[in-house]
Amino acid sequence: MEFFANHILSVVLFMPLLGALVLLFIPREMENAHKIAGNVFGALGFLVSLPLLRWWNPGEKPFSFEESAEWIPSIGAKYHLGIDGISLLLVMLTTFLGMIAILSSWSAIHQRTKEYYILLLLLQTGMIGVFVSLDFFLFYVFWEVMLVPMYFLIGVWGSDRRLYAAIKFFLYTLAGSVVMLLAILALYFYAPVPAGGTRTFDVPTLLAAAHDFSDPLKVWLFWGFFFAFAIKVPMFPFHTWLPDAHTEAPTAGSVILAGVLLKMGTYGFIRFSLPLLPADAVMRARIIHIVIVLSLIGIIYGALVCLMQKDMKRLIAYSSVSHLGFCTLGIFALTPNGLAGSVLQQINHGISTGALFLIVGVLYERRHTRMISEFGGLATPMPNFAAIYLIVSLSSLGMPLLNGFIGEFTILQGAFQVSKAWAAWGSLGVVLGAAYLLWLYQRVMFGPVTQFANEDLPDLNLREYATLVPLVILAFWIGIYPKPFFALIEKPVQRIVEQVNPNFYQTERAKLPPAEFHAAAAETK
Amino acid sequence: MTPTGYFLDHLWLIPLFPLATAALMLFFGRRLPNAGVSVLCVGSVGVSFVYAASAVFQLLAADPEHRVAQQILFEWLTPGPIEMTGGHAVPFVADWGFLLDPLSCVMVLVVTGVGFLIHVYSVGYMGHEGGYYRFFGYMNLFMFAMLTLVLANNMLLMFVGWEGVGLCSYLLIGFYFLKKSASDAGKKAFIVNRIGDAGFILGILLAAVTLGTIRFTSKGLPDAEGASGILQALKAAVDAHALAHGAPVLTGIALLLFVGAVGKSAQIPLYVWLPDAMEGPTPVSALIHAATMVTAGVYMVARMNAVYQLAPLAMDVVAIVGAVTAIFAASIALAQNDIKKVLAYSTISQLGYMFLALGVGAFAAGIFHLMTHAFFKALLFLGAGSVIHAMSGEQDLQKMGGLWNKIPITAKTFAVATLAISGIFPFAGFFSKDEILGRAFDRYFSLWLVGLITAGMTAFYMFRLLFLTFFGYSRADEHVEKHIHESPPAMTVPLIILAGLSLIGGWIGWPGSLAGENRFERFLEPVLTGVVPETGAVRIAHHALAKEYFLMLASLSIAGAGIWLAYQFYRTKRIAPELVAGKWPRLYHLLLHKYYVDEVYDAAIVERTKDLGTLLGRFDLNVIDGVGVNGAGWLARFGSTLSMWWDKWVIDGLLNFSAKLMQLFSYPVRLLQTGVFSSYAMLILVGLVILLAYYGHHMQVLLRGVR
Repeated sequence: MEFFANHILSVVLFMPLLGALVLLFIPREMENAHKIAGNVFGALGFLVSLPLLRWWNPGEKPFSFEESAEWIPSIGAKYHLGIDGISLLLVMLTTFLGMIAILSSWSAIHQRTKEYYILLLLLQTGMIGVFVSLDFFLFYVFWEVMLVPMYFLIGVWGSDRRLYAAIKFFLYTLAGSVVMLLAILALYFYAPVPAGGTRTFDVPTLLAAAHDFSDPLKVWLFWGFFFAFAIKVPMFPFHTWLPDAHTEAPTAGSVILAGVLLKMGTYGFIRFSLPLLPADAVMRARIIHIVIVLSLIGIIYGALVCLMQKDMKRLIAYSSVSHLGFCTLGIFALTPNGLAGSVLQQINHGISTGALFLIVGVLYERRHTRMISEFGGLATPMPNFAAIYLIVSLSSLGMPLLNGFIGEFTILQGAFQVSKAWAAWGSLGVVLGAAYLLWLYQRVMFGPVTQFANEDLPDLNLREYATLVPLVILAFWIGIYPKPFFALIEKPVQRIVEQVNPNFYQTERAKLPPAEFHAAAAETK
Repeated sequence: MTPTGYFLDHLWLIPLFPLATAALMLFFGRRLPNAGVSVLCVGSVGVSFVYAASAVFQLLAADPEHRVAQQILFEWLTPGPIEMTGGHAVPFVADWGFLLDPLSCVMVLVVTGVGFLIHVYSVGYMGHEGGYYRFFGYMNLFMFAMLTLVLANNMLLMFVGWEGVGLCSYLLIGFYFLKKSASDAGKKAFIVNRIGDAGFILGILLAAVTLGTIRFTSKGLPDAEGASGILQALKAAVDAHALAHGAPVLTGIALLLFVGAVGKSAQIPLYVWLPDAMEGPTPVSALIHAATMVTAGVYMVARMNAVYQLAPLAMDVVAIVGAVTAIFAASIALAQNDIKKVLAYSTISQLGYMFLALGVGAFAAGIFHLMTHAFFKALLFLGAGSVIHAMSGEQDLQKMGGLWNKIPITAKTFAVATLAISGIFPFAGFFSKDEILGRAFDRYFSLWLVGLITAGMTAFYMFRLLFLTFFGYSRADEHVEKHIHESPPAMTVPLIILAGLSLIGGWIGWPGSLAGENRFERFLEPVLTGVVPETGAVRIAHHALAKEYFLMLASLSIAGAGIWLAYQFYRTKRIAPELVAGKWPRLYHLLLHKYYVDEVYDAAIVERTKDLGTLLGRFDLNVIDGVGVNGAGWLARFGSTLSMWWDKWVIDGLLNFSAKLMQLFSYPVRLLQTGVFSSYAMLILVGLVILLAYYGHHMQVLLRGVR
């Protein structure tokens, strides 16, 4: 128990890998054994991550559950893990969605099940690794490692154009990571070496050192990291790998891809890009403007492109571009609410869009098509499915009392404080969100049943409920009582804003409301 | 003395009852018998009404200036500090809290009271429809959302109810989801409302950063000093000269919020969803699209009256939009032939009246009209539902007629409502409409004139409706004719009660000029005073009595004129409607086709947005992906081809060239290297002989020397 408590992050990190190892020893004909082992380790992965919440007690330290060990001393790479509230939420999202994605594959995948579950579990370890690494070298290893299983998941178990999509996904992401590698190396070599010490890849050390870099160097480093993260998020105009990858991937792959993988980009922005913003107001403003404008274009552009899609998965993929635009808008507003809303919206997007992909998966398993025109009137044969699909759509389009609203509103609030125009453009995306999601819902669910094949589609089965209902419950929870979630990220958000936008707290605290304002307010009561 | 009591401490239960039954219906409703569904769903709304009425009574026990009960259940949304425009960072807090003051008293009673009657009616109306449990589940969900809206103690929670009622409206309009027109109408309602909601959200944000709070008031809170409210912050800011009367930021807040109100309350230019919403079952039209939800915008503006009173420009916008909508929608109603469409445009028109009232500063009159309108318009829709019920689903006025004696209760109650909406003394509509017109007269003569003409048009189209439906000869098909029957008591009893309210409901605001004291206005006064007394809207206007009587006479006579005209058109047939229509065919078609607004919107906005989507989609595929990504891929391939060529012809070429050179030079040597052993042996032998021949002499000398 003691060991477990001290190394909980390692346990969470390597539990899926352990599952993959166990699966290696199961003979390849035993399909059911693969499924069971996969699901057991998916659930175990989630279970061992639960104590993180239970034991969560962030003192004054920026990172909790830290573990550190020598790894490659000659270059200063360490095995250094640790999480703050932001990464905690993302780790929980990963383990939770991973469990659900694995469960959702039960009847969808019948070929090469052994390899399939091994790759899914490997993917889990890779993604968790990205969120818990506090060493650039380790981070980069996980960042790249995670590409491989995803590549195979799309390329082997995907649909018709899977090879094209897989290669596009791989090359596109790799192109971004290479630039990031250069930036990491620059950071590594430019950081001053302490007297008697050695060079290090340690994230907190390097970012602290980067604080004193010259502004032009910071700008270079910022853009170096930017491309890797912008491609991952994906931001307009680096998004075109996403529709292909999403569309061709198997359901579980799409769920993970949308739910977790994209968050690696936004996480990177928060963790690495923000501290690299130059101090010079002009340079900083230029960067911020470029990124915000790209975010706003992404929000509106993604939503508009959704309107013309004929393939359900493609539509949802473009809706991700729109939703992730909100996340980056919140991050680069550099206000506490923008940042907090963005982190929460990342979780929300994982829940809502993950559920949307599961829903397409439900239909795909029944009809083996994703074309919107192939459906219509499904509310009649599948009433329970209709109800859940409606709730999920509403959560995605930002209906109050569901999760999406909390995130979007908080982000808009954060953006509004900086620029009213940003918030106004962002709110246009909210309007369009309702349009494409409800139109999709109408075309799929309402009206008379138009196709013979749809007449007797079975409603949700127990396993499908088990994948969807937890997400729906979570959506309601965040929508009705988001306080615990905000409480988790309050401190790190404050820390980041203090670091990157010191004006917000320092000058504003000094200027508390004038005394007469308070006094007058008291009199009127 | 602050009001206390069990019901005031349990305000949160009022919306909770219908929520509980709604959840029950949506999860288990399919397994319940219809009777069980009715008891639970109607019962829960009834209990809500009882709780609401009791809470109102407990509130009334307090002095007028202390009639505020506020209760915060928990802090709902607390993301972090926000920065006010003044430069102060304040924590942003949205409570889950409820507020009962005179304004919400009126609303909560109207919503639960009329709502209850409509629920009872629905038991009869929807009895033979499929999806009975689903219908009541949605209706109860609507009650929850609407009650949250009117009882919310802050703007964001109000927005929760606001969106919630929009959702239920979407679900209920599209209740017959097999019909494409129904699901289209639901979607249209939702999206058009979303446009307004975007404005509402921005208004909330602007209010938050300007005033530092989104709570309406801090009155009634135990810690009133620690918790600020909009009203208090506004007063403080005005007193500290931080905000002036007419400050642009206040105009901004007021106008943004009004965008939300325009969407929800179906005003120009966002009214287009309401006529389509008539695709929903008729009780839905009565509850949501006449009595309650569509008045949410009016309520919201009245709730934020303190801001509006400091923003005269926004007030004028509200008044003008209201007046223009009133006459515009009334003119469309003149030529419609669908009984529900006439009522829908009438609703838009009456909502315009309410905004006219708000815009000229007569907040109490606006709310008064909201209440009376809830009575008579709910009655009109329910009556129309009863007619449609009797006519086996027929909604076309051209195919009705002669129903007066066949469905007598429906007919008589419908006539009461028609008199009420036409503003005939002493029916409810007379008092509220007269109040609005009087206040408009004081403010802008032109707006009063618009309102007056609208009143005449209202009387005309309503009596046209009445005559075409209930009088003259029946124009129905034979088999429809045979089935005509009065509705069951579940439907007629609510009609009778609403008819009673349509008659006496206005007496509560009996004006001073007719020896009354307008209790309604006095009751609302504490909420509607605003923060700056001299701009306060609720001055009891002291007209000369003569002017009062003149205004009353004017509105009564124009209503009479409208009725007389309708009588000539549709009863005595002295003027044939066809002739009039034939005389101005263009005008007639313009009205019949509702000024082609839907067509224009479709062509100018909806289709263009879709085109933009298609265009961007192609751009995405061909330019970003095609030129950008695949271009990069092509470049990479081109580069690799190039380097392959370079490798092959330059690098390899050089290598091969040098190899060739070597080959060339090595040619003579190669001749020797035959690989045949005997030739090697021969070579060795020859070499040995040559060596011996060359060194032979030295060898001899060496050998000799050894000797």
